[in-house]
Amino acid sequence: MNELQTMLSDTANRLFTDHLQKPVREAAEEGQWPQLLWQAVEENGFGHVLVSEARGGAGAGWSDAMVLLRACGTHAVPLPLAETIVAAWLLDQAGLDVPEGPLTFAQSDLQPDGDSVVCTVPLQAVPFAAQCKHVVAVSPHKDGVRIALFVDGKSSNEVTTIARDPVADLTYNAPAVSHGIAQLPADTVLQFGAVVRAAGIAGALQAVLLQAVQYAGDRVQFGRPISQFQAVQHQLAELASHAASVGVAVDAAARAIEANPRTAGFDIAVAKVRAADAAQIGASIAHQTHGAIGFTYEHGLHFWTRRLWSWAPEFGGAAHWAQRLGKEAIKGGGKELWTTIAAR
Amino acid sequence: MQTFRFDPCDLPDTALALRSDVRAFLASELDGFPARKRAETWMGWDADFSRKLGERGWIGMTWPKQYGGHERSALDRYVVLEEMLSAGAPVAAHWIGDRQSGPLLLNYGTEQQRQKYLPSIARGESFFCIGMSEPDSGSDLASVRTRAESTGDGWVINGTKLWTSGAHRAHVMIALFRTATEEGNRHGGLTQFLVDLDTPGITIRPIRDLSGNAHFNEVVFEDVLVPDTQRVGETHGAWKQVTAELAYERSGPERYLSCYPLMAELVQEMHGKSEHSSRDEIEIGRAVAELATLRQMSVSVAGMLDAGQNPALEASVVKDLGAVLEQRIPGLATDLLGRPFHLGAGGIDEAAAYLVQNAPSFSLRGGTREILRGIIARGLGLR
Repeated sequence: MNELQTMLSDTANRLFTDHLQKPVREAAEEGQWPQLLWQAVEENGFGHVLVSEARGGAGAGWSDAMVLLRACGTHAVPLPLAETIVAAWLLDQAGLDVPEGPLTFAQSDLQPDGDSVVCTVPLQAVPFAAQCKHVVAVSPHKDGVRIALFVDGKSSNEVTTIARDPVADLTYNAPAVSHGIAQLPADTVLQFGAVVRAAGIAGALQAVLLQAVQYAGDRVQFGRPISQFQAVQHQLAELASHAASVGVAVDAAARAIEANPRTAGFDIAVAKVRAADAAQIGASIAHQTHGAIGFTYEHGLHFWTRRLWSWAPEFGGAAHWAQRLGKEAIKGGGKELWTTIAAR
Repeated sequence: MQTFRFDPCDLPDTALALRSDVRAFLASELDGFPARKRAETWMGWDADFSRKLGERGWIGMTWPKQYGGHERSALDRYVVLEEMLSAGAPVAAHWIGDRQSGPLLLNYGTEQQRQKYLPSIARGESFFCIGMSEPDSGSDLASVRTRAESTGDGWVINGTKLWTSGAHRAHVMIALFRTATEEGNRHGGLTQFLVDLDTPGITIRPIRDLSGNAHFNEVVFEDVLVPDTQRVGETHGAWKQVTAELAYERSGPERYLSCYPLMAELVQEMHGKSEHSSRDEIEIGRAVAELATLRQMSVSVAGMLDAGQNPALEASVVKDLGAVLEQRIPGLATDLLGRPFHLGAGGIDEAAAYLVQNAPSFSLRGGTREILRGIIARGLGLR
């Protein structure tokens, strides 16, 4: 880690350890917005980590932001922090100012309307839609994507994810507050949504690994800690290997985005396939290690495993991204495949 | 709990330039090389090919020039290895010498041993095998029983080594023998020796594996005399040497690329079809994602080796995940192609038939899955 990454990591770990106790998690799952936690996040400028310094952000790169995106998983953060980081970055990429407060983003169909643009269809299943005053809508454009900032949407179909994060549809009767064009891929929402979910999974897998190792050392059965049973050791070794693998894949994706966000699709797909598959395996091993106690709401392992299950299919699951990789590989042919893999 | 470190690693420009040289060489050298042969990759033995690599300076790349090496970085070497393996080049003849024996001699050998062996390994003329396992001593190397008894200025060896890959064609074995029985310290009392395989008293018997190939051997030692000048490192002190050697054995790209040539053939076969089911695409894509990730991990391990760190734990992670993927690819070919692979059919069918039968060895050689997971568990503080 470089100096900035170490600082971000230390700050985030301290902040979330101090402000994200169990009652805060439980209240958030009951629908209560964790205002103090959000305030601390905002005071540290986490949401604007990728925003250029000219627009008041930290001007950091994706590899730096990855520290925070992973922390969303490591600490099971019940806030739209990953969404804010991406939405703020999108605005910055389109040359637009970034408002204060939590942000989220969604795929849209944006149409010109005089000097502004309008959102013609409801934005669907938007993470934290009702909690964010401002929303960034994205739709394809001949020069990349059109990006527009909307305010005060009307939410409907409010549900929650398995992680208990709120999701809703949004409609806007008024035109965008601001809009611009960014040179990003047409499926920007899917790609950058996928990479932040993969990063969250990387963090959450590390967290469940730590918890499971700790628990296996504490829990005594048949007269000895279950960590001494080879069957348990091998399961945890498998979990650790998958966790490491997802970490490597998301780091590679971050580096690819940093090099060029328009051509990082392969690396993002790889990261999401690996993350989604490993999330299922990792959650399963973590629960098996914890036994019945880990299945209770009281224990709290579920704050992480429910996020793993929730994030695996969001913004395209393993099958979606694997199919994309498979199509490209088959189209390129056998010789091209190694060239693609070794070019990274 | 020790956390694993897989720092991203940028390959230097020298490595990238080297990659195109290697690709050009392999394209002409392996033109028309059959899929079945490519599927053998690092198990494929071709002394002429090894000698040509030696001429180009692609063996012993990181070793000092005074021993025939080329003083290039570990990352340059890494690129040569992954290009060889992905193309399915027959590298078995020099592979062990380049990967393990050379580095072992550089670390623990005498000056005389280095001069005697290293230049000919680097020229692709001297081939090595590893005598670690025995009939009752596979992954449990501390139970090695083949004895070397001191005669004063030399050693007399009796016993049997088993599963010794390439012994029937190699010139030299680096062997692990018991030189003392130390109560309560199974890791002590072991010593490594360089054994020239034309020494009287050695009988080498190839063992056919279930695919019909014979690459590993039983090697019987009957009163074999080895001078003390052939001892590697300290008497009774081989355990740490062997452990370091196994780290080399577990850290390379051969630990996830064994089935890569079949994967490329499979993709090529799909490429030739007009339609594919979504299942075909998904399964190919999932394997691509795993390959790409394992390569990142493998490059990261190479970067740590280059920086003089000891990534033994990370190497175990790559080998374990790598073997799982390698073993899945023949089954994937079976599923997606949906036809029986007949021996003698040629093309991808022959390659797949070979690998279907060889896959069980991938999680045995170089340490079983259970041993690797034990190492990882120890890294997690569980043991």
